[in-house]
Amino acid sequence: MLDDFFLRAIIAGICVALIAGPLGCFVIWRRLSYFGDTLSHASLLGVAVAILLETNFTFSIFVVSGAVSLFLIYLRVKTSLPSDALLGLLAHSVLAVGIVVLGFMTWVRIDLLSLLFGDILAVSVTDIWLIFFGGILVLLTLAAIWRPLFADTVSPDLAEAEGMRPKLVRIIFTLMLALVISVSIKIVGVLLITGLLIIPAAAARNLASGPIQMAFISMITGTIAVVCGLFSSLTWDTSSGPSIVVTALVLFILTLLPLNRIRSVLGNYSERLSNRGIKQ
Amino acid sequence: MLDNTLVELIDAGIKRDSRWLVRGVSFNVDKGQIVTLIGPNGSGKSTTAQMLLGVLKPDEGIVKKRPKTVISYLPQKLSIDWTLPIRVEHFMKMTGKVSNEDVRSALVSTGVEHLFGADLRILSGGEFQRVMIARAIARKPDLIVLDEPVQGVDFKGMLELYELINRLRDELSCGVVLISHDLHIVMASSDNVICLNGHVCCSGTPKLVSESEEYLALFGRQVAPGLALYEHKHDHTHGTDGSLIDDNEKSSSVAG
Repeated sequence: MLDDFFLRAIIAGICVALIAGPLGCFVIWRRLSYFGDTLSHASLLGVAVAILLETNFTFSIFVVSGAVSLFLIYLRVKTSLPSDALLGLLAHSVLAVGIVVLGFMTWVRIDLLSLLFGDILAVSVTDIWLIFFGGILVLLTLAAIWRPLFADTVSPDLAEAEGMRPKLVRIIFTLMLALVISVSIKIVGVLLITGLLIIPAAAARNLASGPIQMAFISMITGTIAVVCGLFSSLTWDTSSGPSIVVTALVLFILTLLPLNRIRSVLGNYSERLSNRGIKQ
Repeated sequence: MLDNTLVELIDAGIKRDSRWLVRGVSFNVDKGQIVTLIGPNGSGKSTTAQMLLGVLKPDEGIVKKRPKTVISYLPQKLSIDWTLPIRVEHFMKMTGKVSNEDVRSALVSTGVEHLFGADLRILSGGEFQRVMIARAIARKPDLIVLDEPVQGVDFKGMLELYELINRLRDELSCGVVLISHDLHIVMASSDNVICLNGHVCCSGTPKLVSESEEYLALFGRQVAPGLALYEHKHDHTHGTDGSLIDDNEKSSSVAG
């Protein structure tokens, strides 16, 4: 069954959307969108390392971006530079190192475009298993640390004072982000991963009235975006990443419509219809 | 460390960029005790509270906490980001499992039970403080640290909330650490007052502290506790139409 490349892409894409949903909410709440960019820049170095050592792409991307994020946490403690400067420093230096390393390997010719924008043909059966079990691991871990992570998002001091151990939780969350980025790179591409994290969560923000509700709506929105995006990618032969992100954007715009007003107008209309029915 | 002691500070201090924010602080908080930290702005009250809570690690000295102490903390500043859809109900259960009954009765005790399902970000300053106090209570803490808990609350509400904190100490027999500027109200019910100004200026019972030279030097005689009258001088006068009249101008116009 998994022989069909498109089916593989769909399964992998849905798994990615389901884990990106709740994590994306935290990325928005904690204002980490630039951090997502840094990790995806690091993934290019991960690809170079994978080619050099002839290992699995996903695994080496996870190791490299995980290392970069831990290094960032270390730098934040050690230096007095603001976060955005540190992120910019890391993002671009890691990207540059990645490109340089790739440049040295003259025998390698990689398809940079599919790396940057995703390629549904690239998903292998091994990738599916990696994404599936990685996804389950991420969701279970997130459920386990939800309360302390959320408390830390609202107020780090309060979380620390009330015994939530926010420092440990922050490191776990950071590594989970690295994992999500490493498993979604083949589908969405380096350049657009942050979009998959943020846009469904932003759409969910417009609809949700509670944090857990927002996480679930974000998962649903992401899934719809992935499925529709992949189908349009197949139909019109466009890159998978941009197709998914454009679909997510359309969904986001839909959530901006004055839903309550539409609902009340529809409600009035159906009421009038039923009243008319009674009269007749 | 005695059984009754919830937290103990011994010669504790915090240093930032080679400047001591606060240094040589020693006191303890026992069960059923209200300890009030007073001092001018920048005297290290909040820093001391955060050190006591474990949010800041002391750069010198020791902070000892009784193991398995349930702590509630009401920080001085807490802003909810716009991107976070969060209602009072979620906020109340943020750092631990709390039953709906406990949430409701805590909201009732601070007079905001109608806000149970309200969006946290649309509350007024006073309402938000009441919700914060309710959250701290609902956890049934052993130790409760309140950093200016009644900021933005109207005068009547303020008296009620201090009364509530007093009652809480008796009902839960918890230790209370209070940071407040309302000296004449909070000092009366404190067991121990620590007067800070980068170090412990003086400490002891409210009576002892209020009569000490250091206290009077810091706060002046006007605000000595027990004095319910609030004395102040106007530096301007209003005309009958409400407009401002400069005092000098007025005297000259009277003279003319």
